[in-house]
Amino acid sequence: MTPEDVETVYEALARALDEVGPSLSEIYLAKISLALAHRLGDVAAALDIIEGCKADLPTESERSI
Amino acid sequence: MRPAGRAELDSLYFDYPHFDPPSAREQSADPVPVAIVGAGPVGLTAALALARQGVRSVVLDAKSTFNDGSRAICISRSSFYILDAIGALPPFERKALPWTTGRSFYRGRQFLEFQMPDNAAERFRPMYNLQQQHIERYLWEAAAASPLIELRWQSEVIGLEDRDDAGITLKVRDPNGAYELQAEWALAADGARSAMRRLKGLRLEGENYEGRYVIADIRMAHDYPTVRRALFDPACRPGGTVLIHKQPDDIWRIDYQLAPDETNEAATTESEVRRNVDAVLGEVGHDGGYELEWWSVYSANTLALDDYRHGRVFFIGDSAHIVPIFGVRGLNNGFADAENIAWKLGWVLRGLAGPRLLDSYTPERRGATLDVFRNASKSASFMTPPSRGWRLMRDAALSLALTEPFAAELANPRQMTPYTYGESPLAAADRDAFDGGPPPGAVAPDPKVDDGFLSEKLGGAAVLLFGASDGLEALEGIQGLQVLRLPLGGEAASAYDAREGTAYLIRPDMYVAARWRQVDVDSLLTALRDLFDWRSAP
Repeated sequence: MTPEDVETVYEALARALDEVGPSLSEIYLAKISLALAHRLGDVAAALDIIEGCKADLPTESERSI
Repeated sequence: MRPAGRAELDSLYFDYPHFDPPSAREQSADPVPVAIVGAGPVGLTAALALARQGVRSVVLDAKSTFNDGSRAICISRSSFYILDAIGALPPFERKALPWTTGRSFYRGRQFLEFQMPDNAAERFRPMYNLQQQHIERYLWEAAAASPLIELRWQSEVIGLEDRDDAGITLKVRDPNGAYELQAEWALAADGARSAMRRLKGLRLEGENYEGRYVIADIRMAHDYPTVRRALFDPACRPGGTVLIHKQPDDIWRIDYQLAPDETNEAATTESEVRRNVDAVLGEVGHDGGYELEWWSVYSANTLALDDYRHGRVFFIGDSAHIVPIFGVRGLNNGFADAENIAWKLGWVLRGLAGPRLLDSYTPERRGATLDVFRNASKSASFMTPPSRGWRLMRDAALSLALTEPFAAELANPRQMTPYTYGESPLAAADRDAFDGGPPPGAVAPDPKVDDGFLSEKLGGAAVLLFGASDGLEALEGIQGLQVLRLPLGGEAASAYDAREGTAYLIRPDMYVAARWRQVDVDSLLTALRDLFDWRSAP
């Protein structure tokens, strides 16, 4: 993917999350994760991403700013 | 529980018999080879399996009739083999409802239809539905017809003295008083609240799951095939799971999950059960009315003993392990326990094998329990997610499953994978190269042979010899060992990857113990001694 492609996905996700609203964002993202992992077709890579994305999450207070 | 105005055993479809206690006291203290505590399906299966080997047993049960309510309802293919081996199968085949299909729904839309493995080359269907009351009655009828089985109802075991090499003494109390019964061995088949387990000072260890279900049996004329239906997040029970099973006699079993804020007490009132059954039936489009038979509340556990043998007592069935209902392995594993210990004890009591054979009971059957725990835990966490994360992923998967078949497979309970005794001391590692066929520890395939199935020709331990197999006449004379010669080129040879001289040693429960490309008498006898502590010479 080019930086432009990544940007396209990034923006689509942002718009879609606003569209489904805060109460359904979480299940929506979980559903997307499963679908993307299946499309990726690589268990090790999927588990790697699941583990790696835990790093550097903002704290609750940082996010409330 | 039953509806108002109906007594505890006042069933819509089943007449509970009343069993008197033994009337005569003269022979009741006579020693017996095997005392079986519990006349439920597991205890009676063990008694019948022992009787097939000519071994006498006394079966004691504290109750005066069968178990009531809605208990085990699914009998697996492997259990049908066991019922066949103990000679009890015909009434089961007549009454039970075979099925292969499950359908799962998310918010009213079907997202999965699964088929359990089945084809015309199989002797039995993968699963049969039958109420436990019928199961107990059929086994009781078979046991009552056996001169080797003595059933004693209203007979409670109140004490036991395990004297190691000298046998075991049970203190039994019935309405006519108490007496002592001497046995060489005892089988504790007395269920989840086992008195034998308490008398031995043992406890089940394991986990309790959060989810609670109301189980309700109803009678209705409802036009739907024998298909297991699972409703996830249905309108009738938002956020919960509902299971629907068809049983004989127009009886339907409905299991519905309770929400955390519903107390057991409030959920099990008759009006509340009726309200929920009405809602479930509305959801599946039944408007023909129904009668309420029985209901109760259930929560899933995975509990087991650390060792299924303690001295002269073997624990079989629910006394040894409690598994969640979703895997339908509670009674089916109990049947397998009964068959497993019965052939081994029978061989020891007949002098065919030494006591070392009995050491394999716990690793094989506890191994099967732990395997169920692994699968059932997966199944239970999908049916009843234990935490927020599990719940979120389950709901995400269900939502995805409506359009993506790969996600729907997460809801497939995969109930039919047979357990393999690959790690058992009774499985000899292959020394010869095979491209196929069942390895030692696996269930022996049951191909068509002549006009029937291989299993119909087997009874007890067997050696399958393929081809001409000259020079093996000495095997024919081994007591307790059946020799079955099979042709090359048929279905059997293909199922067993057999060539000229190939041999399989098959256990009485139809598991493979060992196999050879070119068998000879010495290697077979060595295997018998090494694996089974075999004492019978040719």
